[in-house]
Amino acid sequence: MNALVALIAGVVFGAGLLLSGMTNPANVLAFLEVTGHWQPALAYTMAAAVALAFPAYAIVRRRRRALLGEVVDARVQSLVDAPLLLGSSIFGIGWGLSGVCPGPGVILLTTGSQPAFAFVGGLIVGAIAANVAAGRGHPSGGTRAWRRPYVSYRDRRSRF
Amino acid sequence: MAGEVIPVWRSVAGGALIGAAAGLLMLVSGRVAGISGIVARSLQASFGKQAWRPVFLLGLVLPALFLGVGPVDWSASSSVLATAGVLVGFGTRLANGCTSGHGVCGLANLSPRSLLATATFVAVAIVTVATRHALSPP
Repeated sequence: MNALVALIAGVVFGAGLLLSGMTNPANVLAFLEVTGHWQPALAYTMAAAVALAFPAYAIVRRRRRALLGEVVDARVQSLVDAPLLLGSSIFGIGWGLSGVCPGPGVILLTTGSQPAFAFVGGLIVGAIAANVAAGRGHPSGGTRAWRRPYVSYRDRRSRF
Repeated sequence: MAGEVIPVWRSVAGGALIGAAAGLLMLVSGRVAGISGIVARSLQASFGKQAWRPVFLLGLVLPALFLGVGPVDWSASSSVLATAGVLVGFGTRLANGCTSGHGVCGLANLSPRSLLATATFVAVAIVTVATRHALSPP
Protein backbone atom coordinates (compact mmCIF):
# COMPACT_ATOMS: atom_id res chain seq x y z
CA MET A 1 0.00 0.00 0.00
CA ASN A 2 2.82 2.39 0.88
CA ALA A 3 4.45 1.54 -2.45
CA LEU A 4 1.23 2.38 -4.31
CA VAL A 5 0.99 5.71 -2.49
CA ALA A 6 4.64 6.42 -3.34
CA LEU A 7 4.00 5.61 -7.00
CA ILE A 8 0.96 7.90 -7.18
CA ALA A 9 2.77 10.67 -5.29
CA GLY A 10 5.74 10.32 -7.63
CA VAL A 11 3.59 10.54 -10.75
CA VAL A 12 1.67 13.58 -9.46
CA PHE A 13 4.90 15.26 -8.31
CA GLY A 14 6.52 14.62 -11.69
CA ALA A 15 3.47 15.88 -13.58
CA GLY A 16 3.48 19.02 -11.43
CA LEU A 17 7.13 19.73 -12.14
CA LEU A 18 6.52 19.28 -15.88
CA LEU A 19 3.45 21.53 -15.84
CA SER A 20 5.25 24.23 -13.86
CA GLY A 21 8.02 24.31 -16.47
CA MET A 22 10.67 24.01 -13.75
CA THR A 23 12.22 21.01 -15.48
CA ASN A 24 13.72 23.54 -17.90
CA PRO A 25 16.89 24.95 -16.29
CA ALA A 26 16.39 28.25 -18.16
CA ASN A 27 13.09 28.82 -16.32
CA VAL A 28 14.73 28.30 -12.94
CA LEU A 29 17.60 30.62 -13.85
CA ALA A 30 15.06 33.23 -15.01
CA PHE A 31 13.80 33.32 -11.41
CA LEU A 32 17.30 33.50 -9.95
CA GLU A 33 18.36 36.26 -12.35
CA VAL A 34 16.97 39.16 -10.35
CA THR A 35 19.01 41.76 -12.20
CA GLY A 36 17.86 40.67 -15.67
CA HIS A 37 14.49 39.63 -17.08
CA TRP A 38 13.29 38.35 -13.73
CA GLN A 39 10.40 35.92 -13.90
CA PRO A 40 8.47 35.10 -10.71
CA ALA A 41 7.06 31.76 -11.94
CA LEU A 42 9.08 29.62 -9.52
CA ALA A 43 7.77 31.61 -6.55
CA TYR A 44 4.15 30.98 -7.62
CA THR A 45 4.90 27.29 -7.99
CA MET A 46 6.54 27.04 -4.59
CA ALA A 47 3.80 29.02 -2.86
CA ALA A 48 1.09 26.81 -4.36
CA ALA A 49 3.00 23.67 -3.39
CA VAL A 50 3.45 24.80 0.21
CA ALA A 51 -0.23 25.80 0.45
CA LEU A 52 -1.42 22.39 -0.77
CA ALA A 53 0.97 20.39 1.42
CA PHE A 54 0.28 22.47 4.54
CA PRO A 55 -3.03 20.84 5.65
CA ALA A 56 -1.60 17.32 5.36
CA TYR A 57 1.38 18.27 7.54
CA ALA A 58 -0.87 20.00 10.06
CA ILE A 59 -3.07 16.90 10.36
CA VAL A 60 -0.15 14.48 10.74
CA ARG A 61 1.56 16.79 13.24
CA ARG A 62 -1.54 16.63 15.40
CA ARG A 63 -2.32 12.91 14.94
CA ARG A 64 1.34 11.87 15.21
CA ARG A 65 0.37 9.10 12.84
CA ALA A 66 -0.13 8.77 9.12
CA LEU A 67 -3.43 7.36 7.88
CA LEU A 68 -1.82 3.96 7.27
CA GLY A 69 -0.73 3.87 10.90
CA GLU A 70 2.92 4.87 10.60
CA VAL A 71 4.07 6.80 13.67
CA VAL A 72 5.40 10.11 12.41
CA ASP A 73 7.67 12.56 14.16
CA ALA A 74 6.64 15.62 12.17
CA ARG A 75 7.41 18.16 14.85
CA VAL A 76 8.29 21.63 13.71
CA GLN A 77 12.05 21.63 13.25
CA SER A 78 13.90 24.66 14.52
CA LEU A 79 17.47 23.36 14.90
CA VAL A 80 19.78 25.73 13.06
CA ASP A 81 23.40 24.67 12.86
CA ALA A 82 26.51 24.99 10.72
CA PRO A 83 25.82 21.99 8.46
CA LEU A 84 22.39 23.44 7.59
CA LEU A 85 23.80 26.83 6.57
CA LEU A 86 26.97 25.51 4.94
CA GLY A 87 25.12 22.75 3.09
CA SER A 88 22.39 25.10 1.86
CA SER A 89 25.04 27.56 0.66
CA ILE A 90 26.91 24.84 -1.26
CA PHE A 91 23.62 23.65 -2.73
CA GLY A 92 22.81 27.24 -3.71
CA ILE A 93 26.05 27.55 -5.68
CA GLY A 94 25.34 24.33 -7.58
CA TRP A 95 21.73 25.35 -8.18
CA GLY A 96 22.78 28.76 -9.45
CA LEU A 97 25.41 27.27 -11.77
CA SER A 98 23.03 24.73 -13.30
CA GLY A 99 19.43 25.82 -12.76
CA VAL A 100 18.81 22.22 -11.76
CA CYS A 101 17.87 20.76 -8.39
CA PRO A 102 17.45 17.06 -7.60
CA GLY A 103 13.80 16.59 -8.74
CA PRO A 104 14.18 18.13 -12.21
CA GLY A 105 17.61 16.46 -12.45
CA VAL A 106 16.08 13.00 -12.13
CA ILE A 107 13.30 13.86 -14.59
CA LEU A 108 15.80 15.23 -17.12
CA LEU A 109 17.45 11.78 -17.22
CA THR A 110 14.52 10.78 -19.44
CA THR A 111 15.98 12.96 -22.20
CA GLY A 112 18.90 10.52 -22.28
CA SER A 113 21.19 13.48 -22.85
CA GLN A 114 24.77 13.87 -21.66
CA PRO A 115 24.18 17.03 -19.57
CA ALA A 116 21.48 15.26 -17.53
CA PHE A 117 23.71 12.28 -16.80
CA ALA A 118 26.61 14.60 -15.98
CA PHE A 119 24.47 16.43 -13.41
CA VAL A 120 22.92 13.38 -11.76
CA GLY A 121 26.27 11.55 -11.80
CA GLY A 122 27.78 14.50 -9.97
CA LEU A 123 24.82 14.55 -7.57
CA ILE A 124 25.43 10.94 -6.56
CA VAL A 125 29.18 11.50 -6.14
CA GLY A 126 28.47 14.57 -3.99
CA ALA A 127 25.97 12.71 -1.81
CA ILE A 128 28.43 9.88 -1.20
CA ALA A 129 31.21 12.39 -0.48
CA ALA A 130 29.03 14.15 2.10
CA ASN A 131 28.55 10.92 3.98
CA VAL A 132 32.20 10.02 3.88
CA ALA A 133 33.00 13.48 5.23
CA ALA A 134 30.28 13.14 7.86
CA GLY A 135 31.66 9.76 8.87
CA ARG A 136 35.07 11.26 9.53
CA GLY A 137 33.77 14.29 11.37
CA HIS A 138 31.11 12.63 13.42
CA PRO A 139 31.50 12.60 17.21
CA SER A 140 30.65 8.90 17.34
CA GLY A 141 33.83 8.18 15.41
CA GLY A 142 31.94 7.60 12.24
CA THR A 143 31.60 3.86 12.28
CA ARG A 144 27.85 4.10 12.11
CA ALA A 145 28.00 6.49 9.20
CA TRP A 146 30.44 4.18 7.46
CA ARG A 147 28.21 1.20 7.98
CA ARG A 148 25.24 3.11 6.68
CA PRO A 149 26.64 4.87 3.65
CA TYR A 150 24.64 7.46 1.71
CA VAL A 151 22.53 8.38 4.73
CA SER A 152 23.05 11.76 6.28
CA TYR A 153 24.45 11.47 9.77
CA ARG A 154 22.00 14.07 10.97
CA ASP A 155 19.17 11.78 10.02
CA ARG A 156 17.74 11.26 13.47
CA ARG A 157 18.19 14.69 14.97
CA SER A 158 16.89 16.84 12.18
CA ARG A 159 14.47 15.73 9.59
CA PHE A 160 13.84 17.72 6.40
CA MET B 1 19.09 32.88 -20.59
CA ALA B 2 15.65 34.42 -20.78
CA GLY B 3 13.54 31.34 -20.08
CA GLU B 4 10.02 30.73 -21.30
CA VAL B 5 7.14 32.99 -20.35
CA ILE B 6 5.05 30.66 -18.21
CA PRO B 7 1.35 31.49 -17.72
CA VAL B 8 0.53 31.98 -14.05
CA TRP B 9 -2.08 29.21 -14.13
CA ARG B 10 0.63 26.73 -15.14
CA SER B 11 2.89 27.78 -12.28
CA VAL B 12 0.09 27.59 -9.75
CA ALA B 13 -1.43 24.33 -11.06
CA GLY B 14 2.01 22.71 -11.31
CA GLY B 15 2.85 23.80 -7.77
CA ALA B 16 -0.54 22.58 -6.55
CA LEU B 17 0.19 19.11 -7.98
CA ILE B 18 3.62 19.10 -6.31
CA GLY B 19 2.09 20.12 -2.98
CA ALA B 20 -0.75 17.61 -3.32
CA ALA B 21 1.78 14.84 -3.96
CA ALA B 22 3.91 15.86 -0.98
CA GLY B 23 0.78 16.13 1.18
CA LEU B 24 -0.52 12.73 0.06
CA LEU B 25 2.79 11.05 0.85
CA MET B 26 2.88 12.58 4.34
CA LEU B 27 -0.82 12.16 5.17
CA VAL B 28 -1.15 8.54 4.07
CA SER B 29 2.35 7.12 4.52
CA GLY B 30 4.07 9.59 6.83
CA ARG B 31 6.94 10.07 4.38
CA VAL B 32 8.69 13.29 3.40
CA ALA B 33 8.79 13.99 -0.34
CA GLY B 34 12.36 15.29 -0.27
CA ILE B 35 13.96 14.24 -3.50
CA SER B 36 17.63 14.69 -2.56
CA GLY B 37 17.13 12.34 0.37
CA ILE B 38 15.04 9.90 -1.65
CA VAL B 39 17.74 9.67 -4.33
CA ALA B 40 20.58 9.32 -1.81
CA ARG B 41 18.84 6.68 0.28
CA SER B 42 17.67 4.73 -2.77
CA LEU B 43 21.35 4.03 -3.41
CA GLN B 44 21.65 2.43 -0.01
CA ALA B 45 18.61 0.20 0.26
CA SER B 46 15.79 -0.28 -2.19
CA PHE B 47 13.88 -3.21 -0.79
CA GLY B 48 11.37 -4.03 1.92
CA LYS B 49 10.30 -0.95 3.87
CA GLN B 50 12.76 1.12 1.84
CA ALA B 51 11.17 0.21 -1.49
CA TRP B 52 8.88 3.24 -1.53
CA ARG B 53 11.82 5.48 -2.49
CA PRO B 54 12.77 3.90 -5.83
CA VAL B 55 9.05 3.45 -6.52
CA PHE B 56 8.53 7.18 -5.95
CA LEU B 57 11.41 7.95 -8.33
CA LEU B 58 9.90 5.61 -10.94
CA GLY B 59 6.62 7.51 -10.64
CA LEU B 60 8.48 10.82 -10.85
CA VAL B 61 9.90 10.05 -14.29
CA LEU B 62 6.77 8.37 -15.73
CA PRO B 63 4.98 11.57 -16.88
CA ALA B 64 8.15 12.72 -18.65
CA LEU B 65 8.61 9.30 -20.25
CA PHE B 66 5.09 9.37 -21.69
CA LEU B 67 4.67 13.07 -22.41
CA GLY B 68 8.23 14.21 -22.97
CA VAL B 69 9.96 16.93 -20.97
CA GLY B 70 9.21 19.85 -23.28
CA PRO B 71 11.81 22.52 -23.97
CA VAL B 72 15.13 22.06 -22.17
CA ASP B 73 17.70 24.83 -22.41
CA TRP B 74 20.94 23.86 -20.70
CA SER B 75 22.83 26.93 -19.70
CA ALA B 76 26.15 25.26 -18.97
CA SER B 77 28.55 22.68 -20.36
CA SER B 78 28.46 19.10 -19.14
CA SER B 79 31.60 19.63 -17.07
CA VAL B 80 30.04 22.62 -15.30
CA LEU B 81 26.85 20.60 -14.81
CA ALA B 82 28.80 17.69 -13.32
CA THR B 83 30.49 20.12 -10.92
CA ALA B 84 27.14 21.68 -10.07
CA GLY B 85 25.76 18.19 -9.49
CA VAL B 86 28.52 17.42 -6.98
CA LEU B 87 27.80 20.68 -5.13
CA VAL B 88 24.05 19.98 -5.11
CA GLY B 89 24.56 16.38 -3.94
CA PHE B 90 27.05 17.36 -1.23
CA GLY B 91 25.18 20.45 -0.04
CA THR B 92 21.74 18.87 0.13
CA ARG B 93 23.05 15.92 2.19
CA LEU B 94 24.87 18.25 4.56
CA ALA B 95 21.75 20.39 4.98
CA ASN B 96 19.44 17.37 4.86
CA GLY B 97 17.14 18.79 2.21
CA CYS B 98 16.74 20.53 -1.11
CA THR B 99 14.03 22.55 -2.85
CA SER B 100 11.47 19.82 -2.19
CA GLY B 101 12.53 18.70 1.30
CA HIS B 102 13.13 22.13 2.81
CA GLY B 103 11.41 24.38 0.25
CA VAL B 104 8.11 22.51 0.02
CA CYS B 105 7.78 19.95 2.84
CA GLY B 106 9.68 21.85 5.52
CA LEU B 107 7.90 25.13 4.82
CA ALA B 108 4.56 23.31 4.77
CA ASN B 109 5.49 22.02 8.23
CA LEU B 110 6.25 25.62 9.29
CA SER B 111 9.80 24.67 10.30
CA PRO B 112 12.03 27.71 10.94
CA ARG B 113 14.97 25.42 10.08
CA SER B 114 13.60 24.90 6.57
CA LEU B 115 12.74 28.57 6.14
CA LEU B 116 16.35 29.47 6.89
CA ALA B 117 17.66 26.74 4.59
CA THR B 118 15.39 27.90 1.76
CA ALA B 119 16.31 31.56 2.22
CA THR B 120 19.99 30.58 2.22
CA PHE B 121 20.03 28.47 -0.94
CA VAL B 122 17.84 30.91 -2.88
CA ALA B 123 20.01 33.88 -1.83
CA VAL B 124 23.29 32.07 -2.63
CA ALA B 125 21.91 30.89 -5.99
CA ILE B 126 20.90 34.48 -6.86
CA VAL B 127 24.40 35.70 -5.99
CA THR B 128 25.93 32.83 -8.00
CA VAL B 129 23.90 33.73 -11.10
CA ALA B 130 24.76 37.42 -10.74
CA THR B 131 28.45 36.63 -10.26
CA ARG B 132 28.49 34.38 -13.31
CA HIS B 133 26.93 37.13 -15.41
CA ALA B 134 29.38 39.70 -14.12
CA LEU B 135 32.33 37.45 -14.99
CA SER B 136 31.07 36.57 -18.47
CA PRO B 137 28.73 39.23 -19.88
CA PRO B 138 26.42 37.85 -22.58
